[in-house]
Amino acid sequence: MAVTDRIEKRILLQASRARVWSAPSDAKEFGEWFGVRFDGPFVAGAPLHGVIVPTQADAEVAKLQEPYAGRAFDITVDRIEPQRLFSFRWHPYAVEPGVDYSKEPTTLVVFTLEEQPDGIRLTVTESGFDQIPLDRRAQAFGANEGGWEKQMTLIEKHLAHAA
Amino acid sequence: MPTQRSLGAKAQIANSAAMFFALGDETRLGLVSRLCDAGPSSITRLTEGFDMTRQAITKHLRVMENAGLVHRTQQGRESLWLIEPKRLAAVRRHLELISEQWDGALLRLKRFVEG
Repeated sequence: MAVTDRIEKRILLQASRARVWSAPSDAKEFGEWFGVRFDGPFVAGAPLHGVIVPTQADAEVAKLQEPYAGRAFDITVDRIEPQRLFSFRWHPYAVEPGVDYSKEPTTLVVFTLEEQPDGIRLTVTESGFDQIPLDRRAQAFGANEGGWEKQMTLIEKHLAHAA
Repeated sequence: MPTQRSLGAKAQIANSAAMFFALGDETRLGLVSRLCDAGPSSITRLTEGFDMTRQAITKHLRVMENAGLVHRTQQGRESLWLIEPKRLAAVRRHLELISEQWDGALLRLKRFVEG
């Protein structure tokens, strides 16, 4: 795997496998924590149209997502292996309105669930970044960086409160 | 201990390379650090010390070229490979930002399923 090509994230969740499974694999539930509303259910191999709507899981993040509300959020579902693996492809920097991204390379996002003694471990990998033209990356930064930095500050604040 | 600021540009690139190492591919890391140490290098020179064919090394370089991490320049009859330090730093930063975005999304997911 290329050194600059891939991101991997893990999180341990105190919930049943069925509960964890539906969060990324059910289109409606995905939308609630991620902040997007899809036109229909996730079907393996099928493209799906969605629009950004502010998340219901965090009021502060929701405020940051507000300016992007209504923007297109299109994915193509890749694999669905019930209770274990859910994956889709998307255009990671499709942030500009009116630009047709359909011909550009996509990244692959994979959610996997693993049983652990103390909960369910959810792993997210996103790969394929080496295929994305760097000028596209830079462009996306210009549009997003401020928002992301603000979002991170808010999350840190939130965690400091919770600690 | 030297602070980040007191380190030279080369050392900062080496830091990026160290971070990339944590992410994976040893051959490309090797090529990146060799280009950082040796400066512009021919394919012959870059292939030395790797247990791989020139073709295989070239393939790795092409992938990095497409990502904007390295580029080629013609010197006489020879083609030389060069590192793009700014690009390397930009890519590192880029992956950090995407990575942070996922951190935020997964925290929301956690609250969603545990709440």
